[in-house]
Amino acid sequence: MTVQASSVSPRGLSRRTLLLTGAAAGGGLLLGFHVPQARAAVSNTANGPQADAGPFAPNAFIRIDRESRITLIIPQVEMGQGVYTALSMILAEELDAAFDRVAVEAAPPSDALYANPIFGIQVTGNSNSVRAFWTRLRQAGAGARAMLVQAAAAEWKVDPASCGAEASVVIHPPTGRKLAYGALADAAAKLTAPANPSLKQPKDFKLIGKPFKRLDTPEKVNGKALYGIDMLPPGVTFATIAASPVFGGKVAHVDDAAAKAVAGVRQIVVLDDFVAVVGDHMWAAKQGLDALAITWNDGPNAHVDSAQIWNDIRAASEHEGVVAKVAGDAKKALADGGAIEAHYELPFLAHAPMEPINCTVHVRPDACEVWVGTQVNSRAQAIAAKLTGLPLDKVIVHNQLIGGGFGRRLEVDGIEKAVRVAQKVDGPVKVVWTREEDIRHDIYRPVYYDRITATLKDGRIDGWKHRITGSAVIARWLPPAFQKGIDIDAVDSAIDIPYDIPHLRVEYVRHEPPAVPTGFWRGVGPNNNVFAIESFIDELAQKAGKDPVAFRRAMLARKMPRLDAALELAARKAGWGKALPPRTGRGVAVQVSFGSFIATVAEVEVDTDGEVHVRRITSAVDTGIAVNPDTVIAQLQGGLIFGLTAALYGEITIARGRVQQGNFNDYRMLRIDQAPAIEVHLIKSGEAPGGIGETGTTAAAPAVRNAILAATGIALRRLPFDREVLAGRKKA
Amino acid sequence: MAKLNINGQHRDVDVSDDTPLLWVLRDVLGLTGTKFGCGIAQCGACTVHVDGKAVRSCLLPVGAIDNRAVTTIEAVGATPAGARVQKAWLDLEVVQCGYCQSGQIMSASALLAMTPHPDDSDIDAAMAGNICRCGTYVRIRAAIKKAAGAQSA
Repeated sequence: MTVQASSVSPRGLSRRTLLLTGAAAGGGLLLGFHVPQARAAVSNTANGPQADAGPFAPNAFIRIDRESRITLIIPQVEMGQGVYTALSMILAEELDAAFDRVAVEAAPPSDALYANPIFGIQVTGNSNSVRAFWTRLRQAGAGARAMLVQAAAAEWKVDPASCGAEASVVIHPPTGRKLAYGALADAAAKLTAPANPSLKQPKDFKLIGKPFKRLDTPEKVNGKALYGIDMLPPGVTFATIAASPVFGGKVAHVDDAAAKAVAGVRQIVVLDDFVAVVGDHMWAAKQGLDALAITWNDGPNAHVDSAQIWNDIRAASEHEGVVAKVAGDAKKALADGGAIEAHYELPFLAHAPMEPINCTVHVRPDACEVWVGTQVNSRAQAIAAKLTGLPLDKVIVHNQLIGGGFGRRLEVDGIEKAVRVAQKVDGPVKVVWTREEDIRHDIYRPVYYDRITATLKDGRIDGWKHRITGSAVIARWLPPAFQKGIDIDAVDSAIDIPYDIPHLRVEYVRHEPPAVPTGFWRGVGPNNNVFAIESFIDELAQKAGKDPVAFRRAMLARKMPRLDAALELAARKAGWGKALPPRTGRGVAVQVSFGSFIATVAEVEVDTDGEVHVRRITSAVDTGIAVNPDTVIAQLQGGLIFGLTAALYGEITIARGRVQQGNFNDYRMLRIDQAPAIEVHLIKSGEAPGGIGETGTTAAAPAVRNAILAATGIALRRLPFDREVLAGRKKA
Repeated sequence: MAKLNINGQHRDVDVSDDTPLLWVLRDVLGLTGTKFGCGIAQCGACTVHVDGKAVRSCLLPVGAIDNRAVTTIEAVGATPAGARVQKAWLDLEVVQCGYCQSGQIMSASALLAMTPHPDDSDIDAAMAGNICRCGTYVRIRAAIKKAAGAQSA
């Protein structure tokens, strides 16, 4: 079944059928591309590539039909990071495909075919889509190309080495003969894929490294792009839910008399931990939900509050942790006297993607269909199979464009709840969370507490001890990766601190907050570590009487030349050292995170009321080969804003076991009138690509924090920035 | 029963008068380009035009619209300002996840229709009601200026 092939629903959805048909046709005409989301809706009729898509399917990523139509199956989900375009460019580069005539299709759930090589399962996350698939997709493209060339050479009875390929055509330069890929598809399909196809030299790249327009943009500016929340399978009803306001609470009693009287309410679904109201549209469902009288059994967490959570984590950080990294003799170096200590705190954060959590599900006796945008396709399928008792191949997941992931769609809790509702409903049901439900029942960025101690010698860092205390998200999310008590994410960018420090010790204390579920949030572990480290580096530079840039460069030059070069460039472009007005300052932060080398300078003004005005941010990045350079710049621009939002406003607090924030009025977002000018400078590199999606987020808070220090002399050690402290009304 | 004029078409919808336009567009008429973000007019994802003015459809009861013309993202490209804004958005590659961009484009095209040459403070005033979590603000500002420039050319 497809969304397009819909019959006219009782509520007049025939209009939608036209729209969708128009979407597919318009996308195809506009750029010569099929449009990913329209196609996903068209072609995800089964858990595998379409059988009739073409005779030549040399691997899981490429299909070529007799008319030379090339379909690229993209294993990673598109959530704004430009991955449909970047991964298509990599495949098309080595395939020598006519890039303006390829179609892109979202991969179905399959760990066997589409596992992320870094995770071992089908995951879009950790800023690693390009890094993880770089070699595999190049090999897939090159292997297919080699088979097409071999087929042509056999036809012409010439040496394959004397043939070339360009724009989906094999050519034989000595004789000028040409054969289109489509004409070779049947013959190529009979050949064996080469084990180790030769890959292009970067100097021969025709697509990679050039700024290409994104394939998904045209339909995102005319309203035709389809996200999970836009699914309208025939006969769909609409539901919204309420879970216990207190984490872990249960439904005790529901009085639904008033709700049933609401026009358009069809059904009330009471489950042990949440209640759903199903209606003719979202408004009916929401009015119905508001009219329910639900009595909750709060359970054991009704006493949990933020003050207790902070007391607990501070106490936990007093204890020695598991040693994650050791070099030299840090204990001895730190015992020599003159040690400087600081601690840093990061709060809980909600993801708050613009598309609230939603999932559309149709449970039938023999099959289950799920329409959702997920970063974990195979896990989405698995949870639906587990709940329904159906075999995996009877669970069809139609993965959609995601309206902002940021780690939230690495979890399947929204899918689980939707399937449980759908099991009680006849026909397909779309479960949409209100914004309040989305923020109050997120899986939150953990609270972190960092203690760092260091000694200085000859103007450089001599001894360094960093103890990170926080939740082990990895232990829950990917248990096999949780080894020896160390969360590899929680210590990321700390154990590989870029500075040349002779005596180093990094410890990890696992501390799970009570009641509050914790998960990955854009920037993950490096968010915490880069903030703590780079904040402390500025405090040490002050103690050493050094300029923050010079202090850093002295400890980077030998060990991290790529980062040192980025720092030199960012400082120069930002006008580092030039005079600034009072209460205005520049701050710098550097990082090696997600395989990229980034230096960032922020310029801020702090007014007498403690308000922080970020005027300008300048970043220099060496991310290796930038597959689509404009996307790299966009990701940094956006990542910086995301990080800035958190640094300026982001904090989820808990009282009586409940999240106190609920919508954008009390969980603030940065808006355009507060957005700084942002300059991103890409450093040309022939190194393998690094990750980029989360790096700006990681950079923003420490750069701005250090600029505040320069502007005011106040060393903030907690996020979000405390305006009371900056206004002088409260001590830091 | 509400009688609406949406994108130049008369639509009769069988909902109570207090139903916000957003849900009529999305769930009753299948016009899903207009997005749900917050439900309390804080994020702008649901922005449409009512008689050319940018309005948050999540708080606009259909009973209050009367005969006024509603334009959504699906049809804004037929207006001169809307077409210029969409083109500038494409030219400058503004979009990331895209979810908020329907609302951004509706706000920007209403701005340009009223204020053909907005300065930065005009842009701030018109666009501060639209949140973008991907952080495309720098490009949104540049694209509005580009669209305004295209107008005078």
